[in-house]
Amino acid sequence: MQPINEMKLEFISKSNNEAFARVVAAAFVSQLDPTLEELADVKTAVSEAVTNAIIHGYENKSGYVVMICRLYSDSVEIIVKDEGKGIEDIELARQPLYTSKPEMERSGMGFTVMESFMDRVDVVSEVGKGTTVTMYKTFKSLVK
Amino acid sequence: MAEDMNGKGRIALQIKFSNKGTALVISIIGELDHHAAEYVRNKIDGELIKSTTKNIIFDFSRLSFMDSSGIGVIMGRYKIIRQLNGKAAIVKANAQIRRILEMSGILKIMSLYESVDDAFKTLQQA
Repeated sequence: MQPINEMKLEFISKSNNEAFARVVAAAFVSQLDPTLEELADVKTAVSEAVTNAIIHGYENKSGYVVMICRLYSDSVEIIVKDEGKGIEDIELARQPLYTSKPEMERSGMGFTVMESFMDRVDVVSEVGKGTTVTMYKTFKSLVK
Repeated sequence: MAEDMNGKGRIALQIKFSNKGTALVISIIGELDHHAAEYVRNKIDGELIKSTTKNIIFDFSRLSFMDSSGIGVIMGRYKIIRQLNGKAAIVKANAQIRRILEMSGILKIMSLYESVDDAFKTLQQA
């Protein structure tokens, strides 16, 4: 199925850009006219994925985070990727409450939140190369 | 990179402190994400050190967004006041924030109230 619209955003891995990415994703997805709650779901999931790329992917280094959004008639596909550290054990990383950074007061809930607020989350990663998180959400309010 | 990567620059969020009896009311205004988390943590801990209070009331009536970074901040502060046998409560979370709070299990250890008065009354009783 071909998307009806697509965008790509690239930004430096500064935490200031977390809000920016949320707003961009919400603005783009708004074109489908989902409910406010569905938009909030997307913003939250994007926030988690982008934060992961910044904190874990790039840690204290600087790199680019890429966000791609593809709109379909009643759904969205959102890709957040980095070319940072990569995840050694994806299954472990996705476990609820697991965090590799407890000293930073991280709750370890990032992936759980993404999975809860989106319909499906796929993670592809290679140590030393980077991580790509792809999330999908069908907007029930739009499904005929 | 010309700028200092560690310098966070402008934090859009605001925190206001007030007292309700013996409880510290922490009003967080704006969006609580990873970018704001360190600032929030430092401000609250700084305030907790100054006062003898052990009960805290998070006023989220003007908080428009929170992700799991906010959960980390709340849990961190909760652990601190628990060491003083204190209790915590949350007042007025919007739908998005309520979902995050429920998902994280935080509502099992602190309750959500409609007003600071309600929260304070219950904290006093227990």
